[in-house]
Amino acid sequence: MNKYLIRRLALLIPTLVGMSFLIFAMVHLLPGDIVDALVGMDSTVTAEQKFELRGTFGLNDPWPVQYAKWIGGIFQGDLGRSFRSREPITDHILRALPVTLELALLAIVMSLVVAIPLGILSAVRQNSRVDLGARVTGLIGLSIPSFWLATLFLLFTSLVFHWVPPVIWISPWQNLPGNLLQMLLPALALSVQLMAVEMRMVRAALLEVLRQDYIRTARAKGLGEQVVLVRHALKNAFIPVITIIGIQLGALMGGSIIIEQIFGLPGIGWTMIQAVFNRDYPVVQITSLFLALIFVLINLAVDLTYAVLDPRIKYT
Amino acid sequence: MSQEQTFITPLPATIARPRLGNLQQTTRLLRRHPIGTLGALIVLFILLIALFAPWVATHDPAAQASKRLLPASAAHLMGTDELGRDVFSRIVFAARISLYVGVLSVSLALALGVTAGVLAGFIGGKFDNIIVGLMDIVFAFPTLVLAIVITGLLGPSLTNAMLAIGIVYSPTFARVARSSVLSVKTELYIEAARVVGGKERHIVMRHVLPNILAPLIVLTTLSFSLAILAEASLSFLGLGTQPPDAAWGLMLSQGRKFVEVAPWLAIFPGLAIMITVLAFNFLGDGLRDALDPRLHE
Repeated sequence: MNKYLIRRLALLIPTLVGMSFLIFAMVHLLPGDIVDALVGMDSTVTAEQKFELRGTFGLNDPWPVQYAKWIGGIFQGDLGRSFRSREPITDHILRALPVTLELALLAIVMSLVVAIPLGILSAVRQNSRVDLGARVTGLIGLSIPSFWLATLFLLFTSLVFHWVPPVIWISPWQNLPGNLLQMLLPALALSVQLMAVEMRMVRAALLEVLRQDYIRTARAKGLGEQVVLVRHALKNAFIPVITIIGIQLGALMGGSIIIEQIFGLPGIGWTMIQAVFNRDYPVVQITSLFLALIFVLINLAVDLTYAVLDPRIKYT
Repeated sequence: MSQEQTFITPLPATIARPRLGNLQQTTRLLRRHPIGTLGALIVLFILLIALFAPWVATHDPAAQASKRLLPASAAHLMGTDELGRDVFSRIVFAARISLYVGVLSVSLALALGVTAGVLAGFIGGKFDNIIVGLMDIVFAFPTLVLAIVITGLLGPSLTNAMLAIGIVYSPTFARVARSSVLSVKTELYIEAARVVGGKERHIVMRHVLPNILAPLIVLTTLSFSLAILAEASLSFLGLGTQPPDAAWGLMLSQGRKFVEVAPWLAIFPGLAIMITVLAFNFLGDGLRDALDPRLHE
């Protein structure tokens, strides 16, 4: 197991290097020049001044050198500086990360609380009305755009409770009830799609497992239906479910960008969108890489969870 | 099953001559899957609306009038927006954009992904390793994150949004195509085609591709919903369709500012997105049940 862990962690490095390279290459090869964008319509700026400005950003180096400097900096904990605010990007990230992580975590917990019982119910009563209802609800949940749901939530709360989201983010360490109140709706809007996917997966996985011989054996030896379900079926059914949660978190990271935008939550996604519109490339690179990193790390955690759930999987 | 068959009405003469060998079988199976059939019908309905938009729309979608932010009425089925434009007509015309994006970006993803996947699976070796490595890296990014970066850099526009969506969804197609090719490659009929002297290109086109169609059809259908949703998300963020054109995501994001005085501006475009995405999901689900023999009981 330890060996496996080390190997998986070692495999992270080429993945991260590849990802960083892809992001870097896209930012540098696609058209659009930061200096032109910064200078804007100001025609008094000469070509020399522009060249100098590029120099201060290190943009006059050949791009492999720029990449090496950038990645070298990251490994030393220097994420670079924002083109716009000239602030170290590390500060941006440290401010934004807790918001995004809390949002994602709340959404995952909310989705699981609803999806697992519904999925089990749907599988145990396959083809019943409950099952059909759950499946259709699942497909609807899958199809509701989270940003529309968020808009409807806001419409509802402002009309009924006269509640509008606070303009600034409330930290949970300072004011936990205030923070939870602020995060409840965004997390709920974000969780619905995840909920639908999880529920469908729990159902499908459980149906598959319930057909296995060992379930028949368990029933044949006289175990109660509940014991069969909980001890024998569910534990095995959860492996594909956990996989799908891992994959879905990618969508969650994407969804969080829009939700943060709607509710004005200053998370990573929000920071990224600001940077995209400002053509603040260093910030775009780091924030997109960070969202991908969260996704990759959670997927690693998912893989490691298998070992706990399924002793049949050998790790060497 | 024999009991169920007796209830199936004969197919209309117009579609009695199937081009695909198992089209008839698929149609029959779709009938047994009401969800899939419902999806197909809604998709057809949306397609017709998009095709005949100028006839379906009650107003010119771009025409501004002094009657701003009016609620729904007989004259304006879904009310008017902040510039006095007819919301219903704009939604009808926006269906064109959604389907257009769906078709073009999914085709791009399909072309890129299937080519890469089939070649990787069929050729194998180093080439396979490179393609898989590349796809894994693209796969490691959350799709919307990558799509936002690409459209953000290329500049916000509908074309760039389609390009971005096509690129970010291509690894999924590559994966499915590659794994299908790997399982088909060892089949006896491929070996037989080789034995009788078939050229590689011929084998891929005539023997491999037709046999990996089923999973690709399902994936394509489901990808439509993802692509439409992605375009709506990008447009919502201001990175896709640009005003004054009407796209559902854009209408929703603009209508959001007036949501308290004119809730219909946010409700109807969102509803349009949801119904369209839902229809493609229904259809994809039904097709999967119908085309995947392992799911038959």
